[in-house]
Amino acid sequence: MENRPLEYDYTVAKMFMFMAIVLGIVGMTIGVVLALELAFPGVNTILGSGVAEFTNFSRLRPLHTDAVAYGFTLSGIWATWYYVGQRVLKVSLKESSFLMAVAKLHFWLYVLVVAAVVVSLFAGITTSKEYAEFEWPIDIAVVVVWVLWGVSIFGLIGIRREKALYISVWYYIATFLGVAMLYLFNNMEVPTYFVSGGIGAWYHSVSMYAGTNDALVQWWFGHNAVAFVFTVPIIAMIYYFLPKESGQAVYSYKLSLLAFWGLMFVYLWAGGHHLLYSTVPDWMQTMGSIFSVILILPSWGSAINMLLTMKGEWQQVANSPLIKFMVLASTFYMFSTLEGPIQAIKSVNAIAHFTDWIVGHVHDGVLGWVAFMVIAALYHMAPRVFKREIYSKSLMNAQFWIQTLGVVLYFSSMWIAGITQGMMWRAHDEFGNLAYSFIDTVTVLHPYYTIRAVGGLLYLVGMFMWAYNMYKTATAGRAVEEAELKNASPMGA
Amino acid sequence: MFHWLEKRPFLFAVGVFVTIAFAGLIEILPDFAKASRPVIGTKPYSVLELAGRHVYIKNSCNACHSQLIRPFKAETDRYGHYSLSGEYAYDRPFLWGSKRTGPDLMRVGNYRTTDWHEHHMKNPASVVPGSIMPGYPWMFTNAADIDTAYAEMLTVKNVFNVPYNKPIPTKDGGTVTVKLPDTLDGAKAEALKEAKAVAADMKSKEVKDMVARGEIPEIVALIAYLNSLK
Repeated sequence: MENRPLEYDYTVAKMFMFMAIVLGIVGMTIGVVLALELAFPGVNTILGSGVAEFTNFSRLRPLHTDAVAYGFTLSGIWATWYYVGQRVLKVSLKESSFLMAVAKLHFWLYVLVVAAVVVSLFAGITTSKEYAEFEWPIDIAVVVVWVLWGVSIFGLIGIRREKALYISVWYYIATFLGVAMLYLFNNMEVPTYFVSGGIGAWYHSVSMYAGTNDALVQWWFGHNAVAFVFTVPIIAMIYYFLPKESGQAVYSYKLSLLAFWGLMFVYLWAGGHHLLYSTVPDWMQTMGSIFSVILILPSWGSAINMLLTMKGEWQQVANSPLIKFMVLASTFYMFSTLEGPIQAIKSVNAIAHFTDWIVGHVHDGVLGWVAFMVIAALYHMAPRVFKREIYSKSLMNAQFWIQTLGVVLYFSSMWIAGITQGMMWRAHDEFGNLAYSFIDTVTVLHPYYTIRAVGGLLYLVGMFMWAYNMYKTATAGRAVEEAELKNASPMGA
Repeated sequence: MFHWLEKRPFLFAVGVFVTIAFAGLIEILPDFAKASRPVIGTKPYSVLELAGRHVYIKNSCNACHSQLIRPFKAETDRYGHYSLSGEYAYDRPFLWGSKRTGPDLMRVGNYRTTDWHEHHMKNPASVVPGSIMPGYPWMFTNAADIDTAYAEMLTVKNVFNVPYNKPIPTKDGGTVTVKLPDTLDGAKAEALKEAKAVAADMKSKEVKDMVARGEIPEIVALIAYLNSLK
């Protein structure tokens, strides 16, 4: 005890942990509803035709993606930042009342933004741009939230005791800078109310860019929002939590350098693969393809570095469900970053684009990699922030297998659905006419849509198990001593 | 060198920023001006069409329908000529979409009618058996927001110099002028005129009654927009 002078303050980390769990369940519940609506269209009016405007697919779809990306994932990222940041920089939030106030303001303003987003998307107030649906008043609030986080990062770095920045901090810094740049440029918009002298809706705006340019900026953003929300900060987590939980040192420092700088340089080029065969210049499309394939290198660099960190300690994968989550997350990261480049090859994209295979790809990435890592990180944090052992190991184990089955059902059904539909769209009969009407290519997907809904439902069940296990940990877990918290997290039966 | 950098957070952050900003500069800037020039026959949206475009966006139609025809035989057979960059010159935002749960709509005005849309939007499966698209009955009673559409027209004219009230060349060698009225009341009168032409081809009594009273339901604006997609 005497050589632990620092008492870390996890108040804000706990607040974000709570938000991650709540918004994860909300976002994925909406996801399951959407999946059911595609499989069984009657679900669109399940709460009656009076409120169908707010329960049908088109209003819920942006809510689902934003709730999972900017609700669940961002909360998870910030929960870990307010935990990891203090520990790797060897400084407590308690030491600066200013940074503590910034952190709390960061949280509460974020909650307000979430509420505003929910109301506006239900009302159909949207710019239509994927993952950038918010109108300008919310955009401004988002920028303030982001700046507050920046103050927190660089403020904590400013008063740090550990001079060298640990790998995770590199990735948190990159997340902050990358999203700031992308978000600002993609959301350049002109509020119509002010230019027209006070006519129409005050919140409405029109994009600074038109047509092909708008598409280019949007997918430069859209692809890299994936990079800097679903990849970079999640790597920050695994570089901290896997070595910590397993008690193993990171396998290779040089590999982590190569993977970090490689990822930073290569990722931004790849946005063009969302626009293959569109009206953006051809050379840009080809660059998008090439850099997407190159992206395998830094992606696999990180993933292999993590897997090899377990070298000689593979029995931990069998023994600990927490290690299982992280090792499978890393494996899904490899899978997803191989699948993505395959889809970015022009001849494959010709079939895959606009189909459910793309949806499948997003979900093996987010459910298999992002969510598994967030779940693992918060499980590891729970005994440290609540000073109690994890309530149930067997429940965690069951959750792991149920969710893994859910992901497998999800991506395999969508993979088949996508290729089936892509092939049918282009099929010709012996006279050279189109072989199928569009609706033929929709009705054929019904079984796959049903399997997908089941997969999503299993995953959601796992989310509830997680929430229950976390709640019981915080309230009823056996109290633990500091000495038990060095590496492997203590777990009850 | 890297150890040195890892102890200097400011320089580290600058290094990261330059590395990630590089690709954007090279990829996006060079072609920016070129890609937004309209082709012959592309004209800005009228006030009712723009109000309809807002209905399209409000209901995230773009979540399931693309507006981008790729240069493949199967696509041009199904949807018409492949898309040209200049055709999108007045699209703010672009509505290419990323998923075709339903068919592409880039040129839907060429092969669907007002009558077809009216029935389809109320109950899609009644027109396309097996359709999984939900109905949008509330569009038949919600009023379209003409004010905001007019505000947007004024904005794009003032800020981006969109050629309203100017002759625009058409494919057959003639010209066409898209009107931007001077006042909001003028815009509402113009929208109602366009709405009456659409409603004349519709069956719904409630829609006809609303338009006769001087109100414009969302469905009329939406159909005006869909009919303009050619």
